[in-house]
Amino acid sequence: MASAKPAATAHRSDSGVMERRAERERTRRNWLLSAPALALLVIGASGPLIIVLVYSFMTPGDFSGVEWTPTFDAWVQIFFTRDIFDDTLGLADAHLSIFWRSVRLSLLTTAITIVFGLPTAWFIATRPGRARTFWLFLITIPFWTNLLVRTFAILEMIRNEGLLNTWLIKLGVIASPLQIMYTDTAVLIGMAYVYLPLMVLPLYAAIERFDFRLVEAGYDLYANRLQVLRRVILPIVKPGIVAGSILVFVPSLGAYVTPRVLGGGKNMMIGNFIELQFGQGRNWPLGASLSIFLLLIVMVALLYYVRASTRGSSHD
Amino acid sequence: MTRTSPRPFSVRRLPGFTAIAITCFVLLYAPIVTIVIYSFNAGDSVALWRGFSTKWYTVAAGNQIVQEATLRSLVIALWASGISTVLATMAALGTTRARNYRGRTLIYMLINQPLMVPEIVTAVALLIFFSSIKIATGYSGLGYLILAHSAFCIPFAYLPIRARMEGMDLALESAAADLYATPWQTFRRITLPLMAPGIAAGAMLAFVVSLDDVIITEFVKSAGQDTLPTYMLGQLRRAVTPEVNAISTALLALTVLLLTVFFILSGRNTARS
Amino acid sequence: MTHETAIAIRGVSKIFGPVETGLKALDNVSVDIRRNEFFTLLGPSGCGKTTLLRMIAGFETPTNGAIELDGTDITAEPPFRRPVNTVFQSYALFPHLTVAQNIAFGLEMLGRGKDEIKATTAEMLALVRMEAMAARLPAQLSGGQQQRVALARALAPRPSVLLLDEPLSALDLKLRKQMQIELKRMQQDTGITFVFVTHDQEEALTMSDRIAVMDAGHILQIGSPRDIYERPANRFVAGFIGESNFLDGTVLAAGPPARIALGGGQELSIDTADSPAAGQPVTLAVRPEYVLLGAFDAPGSLSGRITNLIYFGTDMHCHLTLDSGEELVARIPSGLSGKEGLETGAIAGVSFAPGALRIVGA
Repeated sequence: MASAKPAATAHRSDSGVMERRAERERTRRNWLLSAPALALLVIGASGPLIIVLVYSFMTPGDFSGVEWTPTFDAWVQIFFTRDIFDDTLGLADAHLSIFWRSVRLSLLTTAITIVFGLPTAWFIATRPGRARTFWLFLITIPFWTNLLVRTFAILEMIRNEGLLNTWLIKLGVIASPLQIMYTDTAVLIGMAYVYLPLMVLPLYAAIERFDFRLVEAGYDLYANRLQVLRRVILPIVKPGIVAGSILVFVPSLGAYVTPRVLGGGKNMMIGNFIELQFGQGRNWPLGASLSIFLLLIVMVALLYYVRASTRGSSHD
Repeated sequence: MTRTSPRPFSVRRLPGFTAIAITCFVLLYAPIVTIVIYSFNAGDSVALWRGFSTKWYTVAAGNQIVQEATLRSLVIALWASGISTVLATMAALGTTRARNYRGRTLIYMLINQPLMVPEIVTAVALLIFFSSIKIATGYSGLGYLILAHSAFCIPFAYLPIRARMEGMDLALESAAADLYATPWQTFRRITLPLMAPGIAAGAMLAFVVSLDDVIITEFVKSAGQDTLPTYMLGQLRRAVTPEVNAISTALLALTVLLLTVFFILSGRNTARS
Repeated sequence: MTHETAIAIRGVSKIFGPVETGLKALDNVSVDIRRNEFFTLLGPSGCGKTTLLRMIAGFETPTNGAIELDGTDITAEPPFRRPVNTVFQSYALFPHLTVAQNIAFGLEMLGRGKDEIKATTAEMLALVRMEAMAARLPAQLSGGQQQRVALARALAPRPSVLLLDEPLSALDLKLRKQMQIELKRMQQDTGITFVFVTHDQEEALTMSDRIAVMDAGHILQIGSPRDIYERPANRFVAGFIGESNFLDGTVLAAGPPARIALGGGQELSIDTADSPAAGQPVTLAVRPEYVLLGAFDAPGSLSGRITNLIYFGTDMHCHLTLDSGEELVARIPSGLSGKEGLETGAIAGVSFAPGALRIVGA
């Protein structure tokens, strides 16, 4: 009490001093509260990315690691190979085919998950109260089930002695097993399967908030079902589609487990190719430059998402 | 709904959507249900049913490597979920319910960073970082895995806590202060009890995420530090035995259990607000 | 008559954001709130009334100025050290505590004894007639019941001042009327100073001992409900409290009685001593119920054309356009409908009840 009095009289002449002090105090407290989490994230996630960046400009060591000789080789190697005999640069076809496969399979995965995910999300969002929670629960279980377990489940279905082939042969549809494993198709099936819930959940969130009176208004103004879908529903749930696409595309592009298990050694994606550089390839700088390269592509996708979603919200 | 009369017009129905949705659920669950069923197969093939047996569970449970990997997975997940939940709770207290302040966007970005960077990139970064520390210090224990797991679990723990706190009426804390509660009493008696469901949900998600992790663990682990998922990954490269079915089913059961609890908690979340 | 001051607001300003460019929510406001009175801060949303209330509670710090409670400067005291309790607009009942636990909360924080807490809680439950609901959670109560609990919770520690932030705004009309009477009764029974914030002028008029009308961070007038209604200090107060017609004119002679020229060659005389000097522009206010209609050629009356007649149950609103071009509304008993000359398009004579015309500014 005694200390409060002079402070109160002092601030009368000096406008807002106490206010500013309280504000500073709050900001300081907020930072202090967040600091331990940030410290851990910097040590265990963000900080090491800088080391990767540094390594990408170094020379490969003999067995692993790097020599501390700066060079752009690792970045050049992403796209080009140096001819052993005449030392000229040529396009690295093997690398390009890996990139192309990664992008192609990721885009296809995104498309497949939209086709299956939109009706599924719509179905869940239009269930009445308790039933909705139940269906939402059903879509969440695979989402949180171990990625490896789900990939393994697909493996069990599609391998030559797997359930799919066994049944097709039993039913007389085919005579010998279909070779699906270790093809791009296997990777595609696997990725669509494991990432489908990532598409359904944001779509569900978008549709759940959807005001169905707008659909009624659409029908009232003589639109048929297809026109209502195209002109009313899709534009409004578009932010959900964009969010879902990013959530599927980004991990697809960096996928490691699914292509490794279902695609085998031949049908590599960028993730497996990066790992190879740290294992048999013994080219840490190339692995590092590939990692940063992948990160850059992802950042571009995220930036597109941020722009698309802010533009979307300005419509509301 | 009767078949004889035409179905009433519903704005919520779109042709074919229900059929695709049901197909989707069937396709999602068929493979999972299959491995659950075949984990009880007496034979050692996945495709041929040879009668009911819990033999593969016995085999898996008796496998010393599986035992150690399971224990390791649980230890890491407990530490990681504990650490990440405490830190995420503090961060949530520091980032919600305040007027925007300088640097808050930066904090959001840092917290969500593990969700935005492809896991393989983080894995590579940690491999490089930790391998040099391992050489420098000679320490190669579980600490690296716990640290890495704690870091990428933070956003998963943070999101439900933050969601819970944003739904919280700011006037509640004002009311407590108005009724003579000191800041600490307000936190103990009002804020913390109201945050509790969010904290529990966050801890649970963090636990599941840590338990499931393959890529970062695969890159960070030292020799002989297999967790259950990395052990399974190793097995998948060799001939697959139904033992993996049994382990998968056990993991699935644990996930379903935790998720059920999570759903009940978050259900109570919405019921109260 | 002398009054003891409970709360003294001394030159308080509040600027949100930077001092130079920020939003000025309160601009050098001073007011004394007397002990044991029912004091109302009335104004449109954004006028600063809630900011002032939150400042008394301690949730906002004034940018300038000081606040005294019973003669002690409490400007720097945190909310939990002020013997002041608030009924929040959203009620802010703790959702995880029962009704009884909510009511007991303040007493526990003050470290009161178990028996006292129990007794006071029971007393408060009885005061708001919620004894049967003691073990319920807030989510299980209706809006009106939550309101009562919020009131009981704020009264339980026997604060020297009770602050009420639009506590009735979430209730439906009937319940609101009922709670208005109950609140007034409780204030009289407990003898606690009530500071009540509302934007509802009718609520303010029925409940308050004194009202402060606020707009844009200023207090425009302080007075009893009758003062404010009958003698509005300016155009804003006249328009905000009840309905008013405004007529613009020029002072011909300052009087008394003052003579005012309206447009179209019409003239009025007002029995007032504080008119501006001759030649000055002036605004007159008159309540619709004091506008009298008569024959268009009645001596001393203005004339106007009836443009619209709207039926309102017990009375009617008669919209007129005066010869000066100004619009005017007269409120007349419904019984007069059908009277000759009272129809759309007719010309009527307009006069005003004695003392009803007031000068409310230039």
